[in-house]
Amino acid sequence: MNGRVRWALTEASSAALALALLIWSLTPVYNMLLIALDRDEGDIEFEGILWPPDPSLHSFYTVLTQGHWLLEDFWHQFGNSFFIGLMTMFLTVLIGSLAGFAFIVAANVTFATPYAILILQQYARLIPIELDQAAQIDGASPAQVYRRIYLPLMAPALAAVGTFALLLAWNEYLYQYVLLSSTRNMTVAIAIAQFFNSDEAPWNYMMATAILYALPPIVIFYALRRFMATGLTRGAVRG
Amino acid sequence: MFGAFVVYPVAYGLWMARDPSLYVDLIANPRYAQTLVNTALYVGVGVNVKMFLALLLSGFFMRRRWWIRALLPVYILPWALPAIPAFVSFHWMLIGEEGLVDSLLSALFGIQGPLWFTDRRLALGWNIVAYIWKWMPFWTLTFFAARTAIPQEIYDAAEVDGAGGCRRFAHVVFPLLGNLYLVCTLLSTLWTLGDFTTVYLVSEGAPSYSTDVLATLGFHYAFDAAQPSLGVAAVMSAIPVLIPLAIILMRALQTREVQL
Repeated sequence: MNGRVRWALTEASSAALALALLIWSLTPVYNMLLIALDRDEGDIEFEGILWPPDPSLHSFYTVLTQGHWLLEDFWHQFGNSFFIGLMTMFLTVLIGSLAGFAFIVAANVTFATPYAILILQQYARLIPIELDQAAQIDGASPAQVYRRIYLPLMAPALAAVGTFALLLAWNEYLYQYVLLSSTRNMTVAIAIAQFFNSDEAPWNYMMATAILYALPPIVIFYALRRFMATGLTRGAVRG
Repeated sequence: MFGAFVVYPVAYGLWMARDPSLYVDLIANPRYAQTLVNTALYVGVGVNVKMFLALLLSGFFMRRRWWIRALLPVYILPWALPAIPAFVSFHWMLIGEEGLVDSLLSALFGIQGPLWFTDRRLALGWNIVAYIWKWMPFWTLTFFAARTAIPQEIYDAAEVDGAGGCRRFAHVVFPLLGNLYLVCTLLSTLWTLGDFTTVYLVSEGAPSYSTDVLATLGFHYAFDAAQPSLGVAAVMSAIPVLIPLAIILMRALQTREVQL
């Protein structure tokens, strides 16, 4: 009975924490949605309401159909975001995992890679060295150790680093702002920053763009999540 | 790449701000001392609260319940959102009785909420809240990944020994992840010292520039006051703090053994 009460208490406090996290994470997003659901370019954010009187998906439709001059290259920029994001993700994971593999601490490559190397190097410390030694005794080449042992064991950290690299590139605007001049070359993140600089800023389009733009990384993260399964090293080493 | 993106801007910045009289001007303005206090509070409180909560929450997300697993993508949403619209939205949530926060307070509890950006402490607090909201998911995920590397046997052994959640945290998780935690905290501190977007968009320095941090003060000097050298000097004055932090970070990275 005592065990059951304890179980129920743990579940209840977990549920309460989950609810608190849900509110914490979504309240500002709800505010963005409120603005995005406003049909007029307007001032709904200044009206102190909890739900728009005339909610409309018009601004989402405008974003998807490129119906405003600030959004005329939306899909092209979306493609740029994908290209830059996925390339950054791939290269960071590759460089980071190879550097971590060789235990080189070189926190000096570019921006995502220092984080990748730090995390992967720290993470690699947690993996039992016996596995590495056992494979070498069995005559595995370094490339085989990397592919068969290191990569599977590092999968959770690589998924975290990959998500980090993707989002860093996805939402980065400072360097692209300096380096890219044509709107055709921009990612959506910097196109959103252009909204902020324009005189007549249609805030509803800005918020609709931001919400739509946040969805692909969430989907990619969801796909990567299965690499974050727990207990990977379970049973690998017998003391 | 490193040369182009890190060395060149820092070297150019140091060259721009090489005149010692700039620092005399900087310190002569009382805004500078207040900005230093704000930066220390913003970075010190923001980074440490964020990292500690992230470490605890990473344990929560390890629980094998479908609804906890389903919560994770929602929880990382703030991190996935582009910073500018997210912080603009944060600012509007707090613009007094027209904002969402005060509307909710009045609808749910009948309280008339304060004007958040007329009080320095409240405005500073909201900058920190917005910062934690945006970046905690990222570090939670980092610690989450690190926890998956802790062999299940160690947890099982601790449970056999009758260690509850708190003792397991103190005697298993923290010793194993302690060095990673230190590395992440230092790295996050270095990044946050240069953070500009949050304060610039959430409190906008209000009330009357009393919540500025070094990065936004530098921006004001460089662009609003048209004194680019002074602006760069304001940012460069963080270097005496950055260098020791970077050295501690390098030391922590060389610690390799895990003692349990």
